[in-house]
Amino acid sequence: MSDLHLGQHISRRFNEELEEVRSKVLHMGGVVEGQLANALRVLVNDEIELAKDVVSADSIVNSLEVDIDEECTRIVALRQPAATDLRLVMAVTKTINDLERMGDEAKRIARMSRKDMDGALEDDTRSDLEYLGELVREMLRQVLDAFARTDVDTAILVVKADRKVDKKYKKVVKQLVKQMGKDPQVIPQVMNIIWAVRSLERLADRCQNIAEHIIYMVLGMDVRHIKLDDVLAEIEAMSDEE
Amino acid sequence: MTQQDKAQTEQEFSNQRPHPTAVTVTDLDLYYGEAQALKEINLVIPEKQVTAFIGPSGCGKSTLLRCFNRLNDLIDSCRIEGEILLNGKDIHADNIQVPELRREVGIVFQKPNPFPKSIYENVAYGLRIQGMNKRRQLDETVEWALKGAALWDEVKDRLNDSAFGLSGGQQQRLVIARAIAVQPKCILLDEPCSALDPISTLKVEELIAELKEQYTIIMVTHNMQQAARVSDYTAFMYMGELIEFGATDQIFTKPRLKKTEDYITGRYG
Repeated sequence: MSDLHLGQHISRRFNEELEEVRSKVLHMGGVVEGQLANALRVLVNDEIELAKDVVSADSIVNSLEVDIDEECTRIVALRQPAATDLRLVMAVTKTINDLERMGDEAKRIARMSRKDMDGALEDDTRSDLEYLGELVREMLRQVLDAFARTDVDTAILVVKADRKVDKKYKKVVKQLVKQMGKDPQVIPQVMNIIWAVRSLERLADRCQNIAEHIIYMVLGMDVRHIKLDDVLAEIEAMSDEE
Repeated sequence: MTQQDKAQTEQEFSNQRPHPTAVTVTDLDLYYGEAQALKEINLVIPEKQVTAFIGPSGCGKSTLLRCFNRLNDLIDSCRIEGEILLNGKDIHADNIQVPELRREVGIVFQKPNPFPKSIYENVAYGLRIQGMNKRRQLDETVEWALKGAALWDEVKDRLNDSAFGLSGGQQQRLVIARAIAVQPKCILLDEPCSALDPISTLKVEELIAELKEQYTIIMVTHNMQQAARVSDYTAFMYMGELIEFGATDQIFTKPRLKKTEDYITGRYG
């Protein structure tokens, strides 16, 4: 049941309403993607002027969240969705909450990084940050793709990728702490970088959350707080059953 | 429904069955003349729970419901094969008295059908047939049944008025009171709210929730939200077959079969 068959309701208006909600979520995701890309350029390339774009995009994200939420409430009240339709609406309300918070994290990265780094960012760390940023961007791209195509396999890749991000995050923080130990002068600047990296790690967590919502939406399986291996085993058991 | 699906449904149900069984249906086929209206129905209905049958018109859900108190016997061309056990007893066995069966298994129809008598006499009717004649005992039982049907407070001052003076929702609750007066084990409800306004519907739904404490309730409904709200178990039927049976929560959030999914979400399958 990887396809939600959204276009097959007897009520054509219901088809359109669900399709619209879905496309608005993807639009919202696209805006957050842009925010993240710009925030990373501020962090890694010192393109400080982009920070204000990240901040201004946030109001678009916020208003989309409110708009989609209203639409979902209306669908629940008027259509009383069941089964996949219900799971779609529930997944959407949770997904937009995660996307909104991702926008906030991107904003935090931009704000932290636009402060004067004064050469505090070492080249090694910069390239590590760049790599970490790319990992998170890829996760977001993949999770939006998984949402658009209701694709559980891609959603699982996102859940897996979060482990990689966590590892890399720990490594970068360790490096930064070491740097502060070596040169206490740079502590204020490095602390800002640590906050930014922390936000990046949280962005990855949010991507994982969305991936979990997608698995719930498609398979009706709640995989939150379950180990990945157990999730995979359960999915396998489900497909054997079919 | 494939054999495998069927076996799985039964298996799943027996694994998760937390309640004793009230009715067991085994390989039930029902024919109206040449036409087969029910095909190999296998079903276990739990005791003191609400089980709802849903499905499109003509899928056989009312026919199946009427099997449980042998109302289909009244149709000449109707032929039944297979077995229905009510609390372990075969309802088609030779020693079964049909009137006694119908006392044990009461039915309430779509349109309220009170007798052209007073409110009191409507409820007392079945009791008198059973031989209860003492006024005091009748009074007590009528009051108990009307209270059980959540109607007592609305009618206690006009018990001798005609039942036809009641609203549709009140009439339906009166009919339910008439059914419970004779202390059945099981109550069949055939679209009990489809002729009622939303407020009366909610009252009857509330009543159903209370009645399941004491009775096994089996209902047919076209209103899927009602099935979702009121029932503990839901059976989805399609073209004479039982497609899927399971806990209502599961059927409405995560149906196992696409056919069920299409029906409850209003898709054309």
